[in-house]
Amino acid sequence: MEGAMRSDAKIRGESGTESSPRGPGCSLRHFACEQNLLSRPDGSASFLQGVAEKSRERLIRNTCEAVVLGTLHPRTSITVVLQVISDAGSLLACCLNAACMALVDAGVPMRSLFCGVTCALDSDGTLMLDPTAKQEKEARAVLTFALDSVERKLLMSTTKGLYSDAELQQCLAAAQAASQHVFRFYRESLQRRYSKS
Amino acid sequence: REDGGRVQNCGTFGVLQEIFGSISTADGSALVKLGNTTVICGIKAEFAAPPTDAPDKGYVVPNVDLPPLCSSRFRSGPPGEEAQVASQFIADVIENSQIIQKEDLCISPGKLAWVLYCDLICLDYDGNILDACTFALLAALKNVQLPEVTISEETALAEVNLKKKSFLNIRTHPVATSFAVFDDTLLIVDPTGEEEHLATGTLTVVMDEEGKLCCLHKPGGSGLTGAKLQDCMSRAVTRHKEVKKLMDEVVKSMKPK
Repeated sequence: MEGAMRSDAKIRGESGTESSPRGPGCSLRHFACEQNLLSRPDGSASFLQGVAEKSRERLIRNTCEAVVLGTLHPRTSITVVLQVISDAGSLLACCLNAACMALVDAGVPMRSLFCGVTCALDSDGTLMLDPTAKQEKEARAVLTFALDSVERKLLMSTTKGLYSDAELQQCLAAAQAASQHVFRFYRESLQRRYSKS
Repeated sequence: REDGGRVQNCGTFGVLQEIFGSISTADGSALVKLGNTTVICGIKAEFAAPPTDAPDKGYVVPNVDLPPLCSSRFRSGPPGEEAQVASQFIADVIENSQIIQKEDLCISPGKLAWVLYCDLICLDYDGNILDACTFALLAALKNVQLPEVTISEETALAEVNLKKKSFLNIRTHPVATSFAVFDDTLLIVDPTGEEEHLATGTLTVVMDEEGKLCCLHKPGGSGLTGAKLQDCMSRAVTRHKEVKKLMDEVVKSMKPK
């Protein structure tokens, strides 16, 4: 017997606000989340083309697989459908956040929550968190990490460009600090949702 | 091998063999054996018009093929997910590490450029395919000899001088080191097929000779702390030295044509 659980979470990402100064601390853009919007989820990932999409799909899938307690639901298929509404940079990190929220919304038992954070390094070595599409293109290196909520361990990483080991550690530390904010946001938005109903 | 908590050297891997120039019909080739995993890379150079947005650049097109002959888990037909992901990985490594300056592949800006088709075929799959593919690609690129091409002014056609060949200018030497992660207690370098299958996660680090990282590929799996990551980095540095030494030895032993 095979059951399929589907859940879509719509993440509305607002494009980078140029007015807010980005400091070395948490400089993530504003994000909002709506859950359980679609009563009859449809659409699927089968229209994605290209090898880059396949590679992204695999990264998201492997991250989810590491976190979801699959043994509690044998002979079950969990399908996560991600629809990109708009892409203003840091797409993979946003997809990871959406996937996590959707899994929570569906009530899938998980080992921990996870979040995605993107870091960009420009030519003089300045670190930028959550880069916009323009910043990503101009950056020397773009690193995307998925971190878990319990011990901030590195679950997934994918990088583009050339960078040194010290820069990697710096980005990882910054991403770990930023993940605090994302997890706090998860908690707040869930509290808000359940206090309303 | 089983020594909890440390990055362990793989005992069964010890033999990294490379054979240059095994395919006579290709412009450059290399066969790499990493333990039991065998990957052959053949490079064919052909002419093409350069891309319109970059008229002074050539192309490097990698393709990784995992045919059914290398392992029973692969079926014949269109490339499976693993082959596609490996192809994408190799393309990323070429792009990120700038192993070849694409401008070197240009013959006449806007009109003619070289396109290097790099075909990587796995002959025997026993884990750690990404490392083997990266080594094979690097070795084959070092082996490639491109003939001199001049555009004659009268006919505006390309004239290929097969007698005068030159090697490619390889700027960096990216070396991949893969680890199998077991629940954050154990990391094994250069996993075999069985170890990969049992592992809870994998990590691949691609480093060049200056210690710069071109790629940190961790496709999900169990978590790693920053300290463990540091161990992996230092192991990758050692691995790079070993591989570079071997490659230099093989290049030196080849008779110049």
